[in-house]
Amino acid sequence: MTESSEKKRTQVDDIDRSMYDFIKDESNQEHLEAGLTPEIVREISEKKNEPDWMLEKRLKALEIYHELPIPDWGPSIAGLDMDHIVTYVKPETDQQASWDDVPEDIKDTFDRLGIPEAERSYLAGVGAQYDSELVYHSMQESASKMGIVYSGIEEALEDPKWEGIIHDHFMKLIPPTDHKFAALHGAVWSGGSFVYVPKGVQLDYPLQSYFRLNARGAGQFEHTLIIVEDDASLHFIEGCSAPKYNVANLHAGAVELFVGERAHLRYSTIENWSKNMYNLNTKRAICKEGGDIEWISGSFGSHVGYLYPMSILNGRDAKSSFTGITFAGAGQNLDTGCKVVLNAPRTKASVETKSISKDGGVSTFRSSVVATKNAEDSAATVSCQSLMLDDRSRSDTIPAMDVKCKNVDIGHEATIGRIGDDKVFYLMSRGLSEEEARTMIVNGFAEPVSKELPLEYAVEMNNLIKLEMEGAIG
Amino acid sequence: MSDALLSVRNLSAGVDGKEILHSVDLDVEEGGVHVLMGPNGAGKSTLGHVIMGEPTYDVTGGTITFGGEDVTELSPDKRSLAGMFLSFQAPVEIPGVPLSSFLRAIASARPELDMKRKEFRKRVRELADELDMDRAYLDRELGVGFSGGEKKKVEMLQLLLLKPRLAILDEADSGLDVDALSVVSRGMELYRRECNGTLLVITHNTRILEHLDVDKVHVMVRGSMVTEGDASMIADIDTNGFEQFESLAQAR
Ligand SMILES: Nc1ncnc2c1ncn2[C@@H]1O[C@H](COP(=O)(O)OP(=O)(O)OP(=O)(O)O)[C@@H](O)[C@H]1O
Ligand SMILES: [Mg+2]
Repeated sequence: MTESSEKKRTQVDDIDRSMYDFIKDESNQEHLEAGLTPEIVREISEKKNEPDWMLEKRLKALEIYHELPIPDWGPSIAGLDMDHIVTYVKPETDQQASWDDVPEDIKDTFDRLGIPEAERSYLAGVGAQYDSELVYHSMQESASKMGIVYSGIEEALEDPKWEGIIHDHFMKLIPPTDHKFAALHGAVWSGGSFVYVPKGVQLDYPLQSYFRLNARGAGQFEHTLIIVEDDASLHFIEGCSAPKYNVANLHAGAVELFVGERAHLRYSTIENWSKNMYNLNTKRAICKEGGDIEWISGSFGSHVGYLYPMSILNGRDAKSSFTGITFAGAGQNLDTGCKVVLNAPRTKASVETKSISKDGGVSTFRSSVVATKNAEDSAATVSCQSLMLDDRSRSDTIPAMDVKCKNVDIGHEATIGRIGDDKVFYLMSRGLSEEEARTMIVNGFAEPVSKELPLEYAVEMNNLIKLEMEGAIG
Repeated sequence: MSDALLSVRNLSAGVDGKEILHSVDLDVEEGGVHVLMGPNGAGKSTLGHVIMGEPTYDVTGGTITFGGEDVTELSPDKRSLAGMFLSFQAPVEIPGVPLSSFLRAIASARPELDMKRKEFRKRVRELADELDMDRAYLDRELGVGFSGGEKKKVEMLQLLLLKPRLAILDEADSGLDVDALSVVSRGMELYRRECNGTLLVITHNTRILEHLDVDKVHVMVRGSMVTEGDASMIADIDTNGFEQFESLAQAR
């Protein structure tokens, strides 16, 4: 209704991501040679001063990487040229103990992402990754007093107390043989978080980590390993935002979550990658008896995305719930979903996803439910709602089920819809512009996800949707 | 050019090449209470929606003037901000959007209603109380799972919140129980009193009009305005129905 919103409407292809797209001077950071050889892997390993077994794992993974084919069943990743992706960029600072010691430009980056505020409010700890290295990490007294460990994964590896535990869990859920990019990750992983919550410890405020890709053409291979012991409880938040570049960017992180008996883990993510990103992330959780994993997932940005968090329910009465939203705009092909393996009696899984596609964006929802012969009396429900904002966009649903057990109850439901003109008219008749009206409807559509997020993340997600919706009306 | 607040001249409109409104004329005086009646399917709602600028309908001829300005080409939001309001016969549902957030959004689109959050909440609660609405409704998703009567109350709440210069109430009374009916009546009176509002009431139910001083009654049959008169027409229509106007519509 104002002059400026009138103007914004004319820019259809590009949205103002200046809030998120800012590039820091990376000139004095050391780039490793492009291309992937055992030498590079050795060099990465050496710099980290890590145990020999880790180097072995890396080299093994590299071999597997070269053997495995590029996946051909999803969106094309032909635009990726692995030989020219600088896999590792070391930031200028080592890990920081206090916010005051973080260099100004890095601080500025985090400031713009709102991290210090978030921390000040109530978060227990921040492990924020700048490029491939953990540069800033702090943890509130209370959490560590409770015996919770939250640190960079390299740092934990140096501690004899944790080295063994990491050895026993690292890439056990996601073996390098899983797929080509899991192998790549295994070879060149760098940075990430290690969280250990001891038996019976319940943290009632979330831990959060903010990843950020900053170097031109650099990949990001952070590894997150979380172990929540029996009867313990944790909420972990992972958030991403990246600046925009012309060179293809790759993200191939890995998240491995171990949920103990009757333990509870909520893993929330908002991924907001720049529009040239290939996001080939792998996330997996395993639950023991009575364990409960909750995934909350918002996927924004990226050029191409493959993302299917997986829950393996390995003990009786284990539960998994997945609530996710994917927003695919112009030039984006996002293939997302969820996998569940019911591998014990009386397990329960629910998958609820929303997908939005706009301006020719392609959003594919892929789900897989496997019930093994152990899955007596288990149940799973899968529901996917898609919203297409115009005729140029696409939305597909590909559900798969493999049930090897009787007495398993599996429900599936998928709907594809559009924004009703009557709704837009109703809102406009009350004084909202067309863009405001559509944004409100889309935010409402996303509400089942945003309501699961802590307030500031819900606000961020609403802002992201608003950004995506801007200029939607030509 | 009349000095009416709303002036519809020679308005023809339809969908997909099918004309629904045929050269309609209508004047609504500032501060007046006008009633629009007509059999089912006559085009009353269509007229309301076209006046409000619903893009589904193509205006094939004529003009709509509001407050002396030609609004025929304006988008619905601009008409709303200019002071026009349409209460829907069938209000929509917007899942995931709490009624309170929606109200906040439509209020903050207007500078005169841009108040502090706290003040706003107080205002909305007062209105909910006024309309015998459970305050818990404010946290519910707009329209979702609301009964027909509850939806109508939400329309009234918006009317009282936005205080438009002109309110077109499309069957604000249909499907209401006795209590809700008196609540809506009260809302209409309040709007008249507090905002010196102008009403165009579309209804089949004369009861809602009992407490209002009706200035003029317009009758529409099969897409045409067939006659208009004073409040006494209401009783006449009540007894004799619309049959008497059929020939007038055919004559056109
Ligand atoms: N969007 C539309 N598409 C097709 N036909 C329509 C549309 N809107 C209205 N019509 C037709 O136009 C005519 C007038 O409908 P309208 O809803 O305006 O009647 P009404 O006078 O409000 O009736 P009621 O008293 O039943 O509410 C009807 O025949 C209806 O089917
Ligand atoms: Mg009607």
